[in-house]
Amino acid sequence: MSTALSVSGVERSFYGVRVLQGVDLTIKAGTLTGLIGPNGAGKSTLFNVISGLYRADCGSILLAGQEIGGFAKERRVAHGLVRTFQLARGFPKLSVFQHLMLYGQGQPGEGLLAALIGTGGERETELAERALSVARRLRLDHLLDNPVTALSGGQKKLLEIGRALMAAPRLLLLDEPMAGVNPALTEEIAAHLTALNREGITICLIEHDMGLIRRLCDPIIVMAEGRTLTEGSFSAVAADTRVQEAYLGRRH
Amino acid sequence: MVAYLLFALTLGGIYGLLALSLNLIWGGAGMVNLGLAGFFAVGAYASAIVTGAGAPVPVGLAAALLAGVAAGLVVTFSTLRLRDDYLAIVTLGFAEVVRLVALNERWLTNGSDGISGVPAPFKAALGIAGFNLFYLALVSGIVLVVWALLRRLDGSPFGRALKAIREDQELAGFAGKPVLRFKLQAFAVSAAVAGLAGALYGHYQTYISPDHFQPLITIYIFLAVSAGGVGRPSGALIGAYGVVFFLEATRFVAEVVPALQPVQVAALREMLVGAALILVFYLRPQGVLPERIPPAPRMS
Repeated sequence: MSTALSVSGVERSFYGVRVLQGVDLTIKAGTLTGLIGPNGAGKSTLFNVISGLYRADCGSILLAGQEIGGFAKERRVAHGLVRTFQLARGFPKLSVFQHLMLYGQGQPGEGLLAALIGTGGERETELAERALSVARRLRLDHLLDNPVTALSGGQKKLLEIGRALMAAPRLLLLDEPMAGVNPALTEEIAAHLTALNREGITICLIEHDMGLIRRLCDPIIVMAEGRTLTEGSFSAVAADTRVQEAYLGRRH
Repeated sequence: MVAYLLFALTLGGIYGLLALSLNLIWGGAGMVNLGLAGFFAVGAYASAIVTGAGAPVPVGLAAALLAGVAAGLVVTFSTLRLRDDYLAIVTLGFAEVVRLVALNERWLTNGSDGISGVPAPFKAALGIAGFNLFYLALVSGIVLVVWALLRRLDGSPFGRALKAIREDQELAGFAGKPVLRFKLQAFAVSAAVAGLAGALYGHYQTYISPDHFQPLITIYIFLAVSAGGVGRPSGALIGAYGVVFFLEATRFVAEVVPALQPVQVAALREMLVGAALILVFYLRPQGVLPERIPPAPRMS
């Protein structure tokens, strides 16, 4: 199996605190990898470094074999790396449909001249069709013209996944896609993730609900104190005493 | 009276261009440009200087466009890391720098005496009345073209990305949008339109001086865009004509209200502008023509 993402020796400090102390991990293409660890382990910071919100102090980040550590975030997206956020974010005055369209990559109509002349309509139609099918799939199609502020918390989470799909991602980084969502919708989102993964999208998700992690993810990577601790199937990871210590503290 | 109406409509068109310029950068990209009067001045002086050296008026207008673009790029590059209030402060400073340069670089701008005899195209051939009509048609035609282009921009993927940047520029980056490129292009186009407005103003008045480019113009345009509807070119345009007509209409209060000194009339006009603004925002907080969400296309 080929490698979707390979992170090695990544460090990052904030105000002298070393939040990432040399992270090494590999995400294999085609997997639905779970990233777990106690609060403060550095999971979200790692996502931020991989997605380009922060630069790593050192280390390398390879996306499908290409070093992306020096890329601006939009270039990482163009290379197929798309992320979502723990607290669903959106553009308050844009509609659901506009959110979906916005995430389409390679839009000629985004060039100033093309926009003034009015070309790029072909790609726009193509993206619109895709946006409608994504919306239908996530059952957001009745909300297309609503501003994103009118959505419920769960719908915002679905839209985050939907617009990420519009970017045709190679690797999807999901930061707690089910956080704060009711149980029925959690099941719905879980089913979507499994289906998307089966269709060939590599997914890495941060999640605190161990039941979900056990059902959805294989393999599971455990982080603690800014490092990767171990990796393996759920049962192997759960049986690891180092993991138990990281979550529960050392026995005295 | 007809001449006065033509004057108001022409001025309305020039303010309309400024409002379209501001609407693109403020309503579109969310960048607060308090230096609008500066770009207006740059365009006016560029065209006056070029045509003063013997070039025909169309070349002057082109020079104003280019000078606007150049000034726009300089300002954007020097404010790359600024947003909101801080960007507003620096752009306000930029407009004052332009005004002070115009005031002090006498070799270029003739200082506080200003540049007189800016060529008014076809004025000798058409006569004053004919010129006023011709110039109104010229300005209105340009307004129409710029409005149509900016409306197209507003509805294009470019405009969509720009609005996303206005709402949350970090998230726009995570959507794969090169934020800097969009901001530079939007600012350059906006500054070019303001520069063009300045050139049209100069050739209409045939005289420009630093006093013509006070920050108050910028404030009036902000008024126009806010009252007309931020984020929608048609709203900005309606707001601009509305502001000009209201400002002109308040001149007549002196005739209605008896026993006022000229200073008091001026103060009363300001008060009326303030009252009208409060009224508009009370009745239509989003402006007369608020921003719309374009509906998704219906497909089977």
